[in-house]
Amino acid sequence: MNFDFSDEQKQMRDEARKFLAEKCSAKAVRAVLDGKATYDKDLWKGLGEMGFLGVAIPEKFGGAGAGHLELCAIAEEMGRALAPVPFSSTVYLAAEAIMIAGSDAQKQKWLPKIASGEAIGTLALFEGKGNPSPKAIKLTANGGTLNGVKKPVPDGAIADFAVVAARTGSSGRESDVSLFIIDLKAGGVEVKALTSIDPTRGQAEITFKDAKAEPLGAAGEGWGVIAQVLDRAAVLVAFEQVGGADRALEMGRDYALDRIAFGRPIGSFQAVKHMLADMYVSATLARSNSYYGAWALSTNAGELPEAAAAARISATQAFQHCAKNNIQVHGGMGFTWEFDCHMYYRRANALALGLGSLSYWEDALIDRMRKKNAA
Amino acid sequence: MNFDDTPQEAAFRAEARAWIAANAPKQYEEELRKASLGRVQLKNANILEVAKAWQKKKADAGWACLHWPKEYGGRGASPIERVIWQQEEGPFGRLSAMFIIGHGMCGPTMMAFAAEEQKRKYLPPLASGEKVWCQLFSEPAGGSDVAGLRTRAERSGDEWTVNGQKIWTSGAHYSDYGILLTRTDPTVPKHKGLTMFFLDMKSPGVEVRPIKQASGASDFNEVYFTDVRIPDSQRLGNVNDGWNVSLTTLMNERMSIGAGVATGFPELFEFCNGLMLEDGPAIENRAVRSRLANWAVKASGLKYTSMRAISALSRGERPGPENSIGKLVAGSMIQDVATYALDLQGASGTLNGPEDAEVAGKFQAMLLRAPGTRVEGGTDEIMRNIIAERVLGLPGDIRVDKDVPFNQIPTKGRA
Repeated sequence: MNFDFSDEQKQMRDEARKFLAEKCSAKAVRAVLDGKATYDKDLWKGLGEMGFLGVAIPEKFGGAGAGHLELCAIAEEMGRALAPVPFSSTVYLAAEAIMIAGSDAQKQKWLPKIASGEAIGTLALFEGKGNPSPKAIKLTANGGTLNGVKKPVPDGAIADFAVVAARTGSSGRESDVSLFIIDLKAGGVEVKALTSIDPTRGQAEITFKDAKAEPLGAAGEGWGVIAQVLDRAAVLVAFEQVGGADRALEMGRDYALDRIAFGRPIGSFQAVKHMLADMYVSATLARSNSYYGAWALSTNAGELPEAAAAARISATQAFQHCAKNNIQVHGGMGFTWEFDCHMYYRRANALALGLGSLSYWEDALIDRMRKKNAA
Repeated sequence: MNFDDTPQEAAFRAEARAWIAANAPKQYEEELRKASLGRVQLKNANILEVAKAWQKKKADAGWACLHWPKEYGGRGASPIERVIWQQEEGPFGRLSAMFIIGHGMCGPTMMAFAAEEQKRKYLPPLASGEKVWCQLFSEPAGGSDVAGLRTRAERSGDEWTVNGQKIWTSGAHYSDYGILLTRTDPTVPKHKGLTMFFLDMKSPGVEVRPIKQASGASDFNEVYFTDVRIPDSQRLGNVNDGWNVSLTTLMNERMSIGAGVATGFPELFEFCNGLMLEDGPAIENRAVRSRLANWAVKASGLKYTSMRAISALSRGERPGPENSIGKLVAGSMIQDVATYALDLQGASGTLNGPEDAEVAGKFQAMLLRAPGTRVEGGTDEIMRNIIAERVLGLPGDIRVDKDVPFNQIPTKGRA
């Protein structure tokens, strides 16, 4: 049994860590946090040059043709470094949707640009409050003409193109939903940047008024593709969360070792030790669940829906738990803008919502476990 | 990344599976599979006899104490082979409960510190289950702080005389031998005045009294020592070096990664799948689903944490520290799961008569046994200390009694 990453995959992770340590310092993250830039363009370009953006994209479409395990390894480092770039929207959402449903021509058009860093993509799914659901999609598509509003759209304000979920029927079933791909610089598209709890990652509202789009995949099969994309993204984001959780735990541990109060390191007090031990427990559970998700994703196993939901829940809990208690270990200083703790807290809570909330995934997990049980 | 056996592992698994299929006491399989937390009982048979017979059968065919050297009754198997055996043994592994302490702790201590002829004499019958061993460490005044123990051993010539009391001794009432940690010098700091022995539990002056637990059952004992004589040849390690000897014992606590830890989740999931609430099936209730999902990911997290440890063994490496979370997570989880299973039943959740209670009272039994799981073999708090200190590298506790002679350490909180 080898339920672990291979040596080559670990090497790639180490490479990504080294690269990000150099190119994605806390100072670089803060440049975006403070609104000096919408994203880190140099980092984005560098990620393209390193081959990280196209690591799971086949070689014939300009990628490295490695696979999803390699992408998981890189995702962990992106999460650890709080990389302020549209990685998840472009790579986990847009590229995956195109790889699942795109025609050869569409793949040829977009995937090489994603791999090189020339194009930023996103998935325009949500229309206001609520979780992923075919019923929540009101934006209409008539003969490839989109009308409606999407919000929030991750990285929508900096994206070059979007995969859009649209209503093409009125049966009340999943088959009402179709996907489209649209150049966001085209006519009839209006983009407005929104503020969010995590300014290092952009959110936008996109209004489509008679905007011309191209179908992505067959009409009426959009929801099936969305479901697959969300499962894949759940695993990939889980690795970002695992990376973030580990880093928050390390920060708390390091501070507890260095900070003296009452004449001793605060890490010698059991109240603090036990808090950190519990953080380690949740981070470990999350990592193991995420490894299972990675296995299911990389082998395209029938277990993917269940494994993805478990990874999503576990990693969401762990990152939130570690980020919030990292601040607690730091005490007052943890609540300053100057210390980096809040950046992890912000990211943890933003990632917890991006693909739908915890309760949505809890529900999904039980549904999927029941299905497996019945089978 | 995969879950596949190597060809060598697959061959070993096939061999183990075939032997188990041909030899295991299958008439008890269902009962063992369904047995709840704590000591297992069989309806129509004495579990000790069934367990001893299975152990002997395994030993005769070379399937007992797989990781021990052959000359001491083992198989000389690799760690991964031991895990594969545990996986294949499945519910029959529950018959090993009475041997866990002997095989997991006493045996390795004997192997490290006993004389060669003693090892050849005592270890094979320990491996085969013909002789059962217990571990006599904990005392009323030394639980988590085991080095605070007070049972005295005083030397006269080639003999030691032991007086004192042990507690929480699993299986003392059916044990033939025990390893015993004693205080041999109370005038030095507590860790420096301890000495380890092994002894015949039938020695004159040894008295075993069962403890009636909060759950009503009796899995453990108190053991009293009144002028018990032990020959010096049964000393393990040097005089006053017993603390170091005991660390060997404790480090050898059974690696349960192959068998997995009980969380109560599969039982709860099954229960909820069949349960009707006032407004419909429990499994369709959002609140129930949320609780279930949270426990589901803990259970799967533990399962795949084990898989990662097994993978390390398979590569011939030592598993990382991840596995230290198992008992901590599972202990409180099983308690929470049991509490919730009763909560779903309303007032009738209090009933535990087999005819009145859901699942024959399994969750009620789980609830009452669960507090023990959070204490035995290291309390939740000790487990958190271990994770904080050994995994995260945080400082150890400030020990106010570290340099104080044992006989000057306060013995009462409030005067």
